[in-house]
Amino acid sequence: MSADPTQVLAFETDCHIFDGCGFPAPGLHSFLFEPLLGDGDSNLYFNKTMLLALLGSIIVVGFFWAAFRKPKVVPGKLQMVAESGYDFIRRGVVYETIGKKEGEKYVPLVVSLFFFVWMMNLWSIVPIAQFPVTAIISYPAVLALIVYVLWVSLTFKRHGFVGAFKNFTGYDKTLGPVLPLAMFIEFFSNLLVRPFTHAVRLFANMFAGHTLLLLFTIASWYLLNGIGIAYAGVSFIMVIVMTAFELFIQALQAYVFVLLTCTFIQGALAEHH
Amino acid sequence: MSQLLTIAAAETESPLIPPIPELVIGLIAFVIVFGFLAKKLLPNINKVLEQRREAIEGGIEKAEAAQTEAQSVLEQYKAQLAEARHEAARLRQEAQEQGATLIAEMRAEGQRQREEIIAAGHAQIEVDRRTAAQALRQDVGHLATDLAGKLVGESLEDHARQSRVIDRFLADLEEKAEAAR
Repeated sequence: MSADPTQVLAFETDCHIFDGCGFPAPGLHSFLFEPLLGDGDSNLYFNKTMLLALLGSIIVVGFFWAAFRKPKVVPGKLQMVAESGYDFIRRGVVYETIGKKEGEKYVPLVVSLFFFVWMMNLWSIVPIAQFPVTAIISYPAVLALIVYVLWVSLTFKRHGFVGAFKNFTGYDKTLGPVLPLAMFIEFFSNLLVRPFTHAVRLFANMFAGHTLLLLFTIASWYLLNGIGIAYAGVSFIMVIVMTAFELFIQALQAYVFVLLTCTFIQGALAEHH
Repeated sequence: MSQLLTIAAAETESPLIPPIPELVIGLIAFVIVFGFLAKKLLPNINKVLEQRREAIEGGIEKAEAAQTEAQSVLEQYKAQLAEARHEAARLRQEAQEQGATLIAEMRAEGQRQREEIIAAGHAQIEVDRRTAAQALRQDVGHLATDLAGKLVGESLEDHARQSRVIDRFLADLEEKAEAAR
């Protein structure tokens, strides 16, 4: 094993409490990976998160391929499961926010986004992988960027330049003298902050979740010495509880991500009042 | 200590600054998913969902058609049943009428037979009576002859007894006359 702390797993340190060695706390280094291929100093490398991202997309496509390649009017079990997931996003998210008529066009995008994000999140608790791909900012950022480009261009297309400007700034004459300030804040919050929070909300949730899991997992190992064994048990129970909690958060964050996507699209399509 | 330094070195990069290669791979990974789902798999399932919707609606239409047919058949049956009831009532009425006339006829026949029997009885009685009267008259003749013989043969000393016999004879004669009448 290399001496690089980012490549040393907690279990390999053989470091326990009362052995005169400090707690190997998880930190930012837990989110850095040495390249599997290529050189980390250049931009040409391939690491674990990339592998998981590509594997995840293959899994999502494979699942829907198996379910929807030859769909039947009377569905089998797999098709039924995939259909209920598809229907949940289509009806429960897209139709609910954008409406059936306008929303139909965006269903494939939103469905893809949801299952992609969910799969990336799920890697967090898949044994051996055990890392949420979305805890690397690049992945949420690229998805948020796609959504951002989509809703901004939609706004211009729907409302023209002046209309789009009014849409972004929440132009409302009744505000009177506060209008310039409100416009400034709205412009700032819509065009600059919104894509950032959209990506960071997902990133930070997964980042924090992974850190918590790491913390309790490392602690379970670290405390496994002398009287510490009792605490290690408690810590291990927390690992299980947090894993279940993460399972819930992963689905919830994927849902929130696509719900916000739909809200942005709906805002771009809505008539200005 | 060196460990801490390496960590510090690693932390110089903020986790909020996206590494470019991951951005590219993330985009590729998402485009793979979006491409397959949007171009092939979701249109596939949409087609089937549409077919299913049509099948269900077709089923509903079929059920509606069956229901209307059932309704018309039911009405037909009801009409037929009403007709049959009507017919049955008519037949019953007829039967009753026929029965009534039959009873009346039989009653008349019975009456006639009764009268015939009675008449026959009466005639028989008359014949019997005649025969009896005939026989009686002959008997009376014999008796009278007997009595006359007795009277002639007997002594006349018992006048009283004699007169009694005569009286009796006369009464007999009177009775005979009455019976002959």
